[in-house]
Amino acid sequence: MTDHHAGNEAYYVPHDSKLPVWLALGLIMFMYGFGSSLNANADGSDASTFLTWAGFGVIGVTLYVWFSTVIKENHAGLASAQLKRSYVWGMGWFIFSEVMFFAAFFGALYYVRNFAVPWLGGEGEKGMAGQYLWPSFSPEWATGTNPSEYRPGPAETMAAPALGSSWLSYLPFWNTAILLFSSFTIHWAHTGLKAGKRAMLTGWLAFTVLLGIIFLFLQVEEYIHAYEALGLTLESGIYGSTFFILTGFHGFHVTLGTFMLAMCLVRVLRGHFSPEDHFGFEACSWYWHFVDVVWMGLFIFVYIF
Amino acid sequence: MMSKLSSIARTVLATLCVFAGAAAVAAEYNMPVGVTDVSREIQELHMTIFWICVVIGVLVFGAMLVSMVLHRKSLGATPATFHESTKLELLWTVIPIVILVVMALPATDVLVKIYDTGGEDMVVEVRGYQWKWQYKYLDEELNEQVSFFSNLATPRGQILGQSEKGENYLLEVDNELVIPTDTKVRFLLTSNDVIHSWWVPDFGLKRDAIPGFINEAWANVKEPGVYRGQCTELCGKDHGFMPVVVRVVPKAEFQQWYAAQLEASATEALAMAN
Amino acid sequence: MSAVIEAHHDDHDHGPAKGITRWLYTTNHKDIGSMYLWFSFIMFLVGGVMALVIRAELFQPGLQFVEPALFNQMTTNHGLIMVFGAIMPAFVGLANWMVPLMIGAPDMALPRMNNLSFWILPFAFGMLLSTLFMESGGPNFGWTFYAPLSTTYAPDSVTYFIFAVHLAGASSIMGAINIIATILNMRAPGMTLMKMPMFVWTWLITAYLLIAVMPVLAGAVTMMLFDIHFGTSFFDASGGGDPVLFQHVFWFFGHPEVYIMILPAFGIVSHIISTFSRKPLFGYDSMVYATSSIAFLSFIVWAHHMFTVGMPLAGELFFMYATMLIAVPTGVKVFNWVSTMWRGSMTFETPMLFALAFIFLFTIGGFSGLMLAIAPADFQYHDTYFVVAHFHYVLVSGALFSIFGAVYFWLPKWTGHMYNEGLGKLHFWLSFIGVNVAFFPMHFSGLAGMPRRIPDYALQFADFNAWSTVGAFVFGISQLLFLWILVQTIRAGQKATTEVWEGSEGLEWTVPSPAPYHTFAEPPKVA
Ligand code: HEA
Ligand code: HEA
Ligand code: CUA
Ligand SMILES: [Cu+2]
Repeated sequence: MTDHHAGNEAYYVPHDSKLPVWLALGLIMFMYGFGSSLNANADGSDASTFLTWAGFGVIGVTLYVWFSTVIKENHAGLASAQLKRSYVWGMGWFIFSEVMFFAAFFGALYYVRNFAVPWLGGEGEKGMAGQYLWPSFSPEWATGTNPSEYRPGPAETMAAPALGSSWLSYLPFWNTAILLFSSFTIHWAHTGLKAGKRAMLTGWLAFTVLLGIIFLFLQVEEYIHAYEALGLTLESGIYGSTFFILTGFHGFHVTLGTFMLAMCLVRVLRGHFSPEDHFGFEACSWYWHFVDVVWMGLFIFVYIF
Repeated sequence: MMSKLSSIARTVLATLCVFAGAAAVAAEYNMPVGVTDVSREIQELHMTIFWICVVIGVLVFGAMLVSMVLHRKSLGATPATFHESTKLELLWTVIPIVILVVMALPATDVLVKIYDTGGEDMVVEVRGYQWKWQYKYLDEELNEQVSFFSNLATPRGQILGQSEKGENYLLEVDNELVIPTDTKVRFLLTSNDVIHSWWVPDFGLKRDAIPGFINEAWANVKEPGVYRGQCTELCGKDHGFMPVVVRVVPKAEFQQWYAAQLEASATEALAMAN
Repeated sequence: MSAVIEAHHDDHDHGPAKGITRWLYTTNHKDIGSMYLWFSFIMFLVGGVMALVIRAELFQPGLQFVEPALFNQMTTNHGLIMVFGAIMPAFVGLANWMVPLMIGAPDMALPRMNNLSFWILPFAFGMLLSTLFMESGGPNFGWTFYAPLSTTYAPDSVTYFIFAVHLAGASSIMGAINIIATILNMRAPGMTLMKMPMFVWTWLITAYLLIAVMPVLAGAVTMMLFDIHFGTSFFDASGGGDPVLFQHVFWFFGHPEVYIMILPAFGIVSHIISTFSRKPLFGYDSMVYATSSIAFLSFIVWAHHMFTVGMPLAGELFFMYATMLIAVPTGVKVFNWVSTMWRGSMTFETPMLFALAFIFLFTIGGFSGLMLAIAPADFQYHDTYFVVAHFHYVLVSGALFSIFGAVYFWLPKWTGHMYNEGLGKLHFWLSFIGVNVAFFPMHFSGLAGMPRRIPDYALQFADFNAWSTVGAFVFGISQLLFLWILVQTIRAGQKATTEVWEGSEGLEWTVPSPAPYHTFAEPPKVA
């Protein structure tokens, strides 16, 4: 009945696994610990910090073992074409769910810019709010001021300068260029992989990882600048809130993507992936393209307009 | 068979109508008609939609009951085999759409009317607090003239069951909002902390009070009286204990009352200044 | 030639492992399905006990049993637990059990992730429930957790609440991905999309809804987290934000969420009605289109929960019209069910009773939904017990009844044992009466002006509330009978046949009862 190396239509049903429970346990340890640390605020209890990191460790180890198992099964030829299709669907819809996560923040940005801030500034159908409650608030975006004087706004925002040579000194412009370029480099790496040109694969993949790291480095630079020079912080009102939550979660995803690509690089160096069979690589590259597209959205809606 | 069918249908219809009718007639089981044009129109709208639903319900449940009664295996029914009909599907897509349009038209009218806050005769700010209301009477430039808080007046003992509950248990306040009859009163609603919602059922008026924002609403009451409502947005522990009470009085009486308030607040301001 | 590949090579038809590790480590869709179902039943009892606390307090005017602060925690956690802990996991459990059986697959597409989706839940809800014992008390801002009551004014425990929502959301997303991959990728040869059983169809569409909106909920609670701990001002006007923004984001999730809780029910009811009418489902194609239309519309109606927040008139009108439109595809479904029964050969076993009651009572809930959709009238209904009546008709006598029906319908297949029909019917009638006595009077108390989420009320609402409480206790206690029926069936029920029901149709009825631990190692051919 069990035909081990059957053809295309074979099913693969893995046997019992300790991994899922451990991952669930790691997640709850992490979340509970992190939650307690946040609540403890000032006194920062040691137990919760420990729990957070222990959870993190459990998650890390479990994921490592999990992925190794999948890779091993793959190498043993256990993964059927069907299972691989399931991975493809899985990754595709996972990315879609990430898109919707960002959609919530983009939606928030859209709402505050087109409704809340104008209303608070006395404009539009519900401008009574501004006229009656916040007479001195001006609704210009990006907001340098806030309705309440108790919440100091930033001295300056991250808005793009007028088109021209000043763009050369505008960091987000360079970040855009870097990420856009990295979409090409990862594509070239993929081309190399499919053509069996390992050097091309290794080279462009490594270069993509490097671009990812540079992007992150510049982003940190920019945050420091925002916090120290501009007074643009999470606390400086709705402009800062939307700016940091969007760029922050994007940066977090770039970090993840870079890490994923770095893992791919390690696997490439170990001789994994074949021209025909490399979904692990493809999934990471999809993810990278997704991170790129989100950035384009950010650059247009957060920085330029 | 046909006659049996229609007689069943008729009985079902009649029974349902009796139930529904009884429910609709007894006022305590229904939405109040209220004392403003808007509240009356809302109530009519409510009844129209309700009756449309009743009719559809009678038809749908009737058909269901008929087949439950007649087409049962124990009566030896053999199953038919039909399983689709484009004509029917079209029919029961189009007819409901028509019905919905019929509902949407009057609903739109009433809504447009509710949103027409202009042309007011006086303006009152309603401000929610955890857990009380503040009312401010404003002049044309929206400057505050008279202002006071309105707290639950029911004694704690009644709530805890230590003394007998009064007639207006939980629906009574120390200072009522007073407004004149036959006057378009414009309300500016806001809040000092969390979201509250200001509701007077008899005015057909419910609107959220949102911190940092202004919602506008209006009422024009014809009949003098005391009208009671409650906060209807969960606002914390004592959400259930911040009633709304509005006393509507004839214009002349209102002028008197208002003059007294103005005077009182003037002396108060003086006392504060000294 | 197709076959199952086992990762370990010794025995060819291994059964379940022994002991607790069977449940901890399992990758078997039937085991995981059972765990989901038991988990949701426990959560239902926990949420139900909270409902009984609410009802006991509301039996009479005055404060008797709980303080207002605790009352709010009961309301909030009752809603959260019923929605996220009882109804949703129950449907996922049914999908786990039935989807592979119905499409002729040996298991879910990604079995290990399947186990992960499940095991996150007990931890997440454990964390949520633990907040009730914290110093600050548990969440008390309603299951809709409107800011700023849930941010600036929230108890400390809100942080754990936020993370519990994150975890439950992650579990749902993974579950949904798994179901989509299974349905799209693992169907037996010959089973085209338009031949899939209706339950599979409705779950496919539900899974898309889940993937589209759970991340938005995660976004909403994330913004809360930032407002609470990192000083942002998304929901705070003093910094340029807006509390109403929270409601838009929440309901963009929340409205599709209520259809997530009803679409699988539609699928279940379709199967049961057709089986016990001994007739094929009427209008299969239109059922599929109607379900898809409902799903589509569910994304553009969210602000009907916010008619009183003072949206601009155009928004108010748009959301009113769009909401009303949902009655059309829903009506198509109801009419199709009635036509399926028409000139059938009906019998009235327990699953059928629940399905019939579903159609009856869900439609009533749908009608009150339509009334709520009329914006000007909603100014009177909003946040009163009329709304509470509406959603318990669609959720309790809708979603929950369909789950009861499904359990009776498939229990013989799961356990190999027949439940006791007499007791099943008793359970049905007690539930049917209990539900109506509990929730019908709420229409009246709502129309008469009783706001929701209050621990004490004015005297004119007293009679309605007394009735509701009586009904709630009847309904609640009859669920203990249900528990007993389940245990009896599993332990000592009569042997069930392969087909179980006379009119049964579909692949699940071709495997023996109980369904063997591994089914469809060879994909069946579907004509
Ligand atoms: C399973 C869950 C479920 C389902 C299926 C529905 C279905 C519907 N709901 Fe409901 N709803 C909830 C769960 C659900 N709801 C919950 C939980 C809340 C409260 C949330 C909270 O605030 O806590 C809520 C609240 C709610 C509100 C907000 C009320 C308020 O707070 O003021 C509104 C307003 O429009 C609404 C409308 C509708 C409509 C129009 C439908 C429609 O889908 C119904 C369609 C069905 C029919 C109409 C019947 C069958 C049709 C026919 C027989 C055809 C012919 C009919 C006609 C042409 C009339 N619902
Ligand atoms: C899917 C959902 C679902 C289900 C099944 C239920 C089931 C019930 N609900 Fe509902 N309810 C909601 C979803 C649901 N609810 C939501 C979303 C809200 C809104 C929350 C909010 O406002 O934020 C709400 C709010 C709500 C309110 C309004 C509270 C308020 O506004 O303050 C009330 C009041 O009566 C109520 C009652 C009930 C009752 C009596 C049941 C009954 O059907 C429950 C019956 C079950 C039992 C009673 C369990 C049986 C157990 C035993 C008998 C004991 C055995 C014990 C052990 C073995 C330990 N619910
Ligand atoms: Cu104020 Cu509820
Ligand atoms: Cu809705």
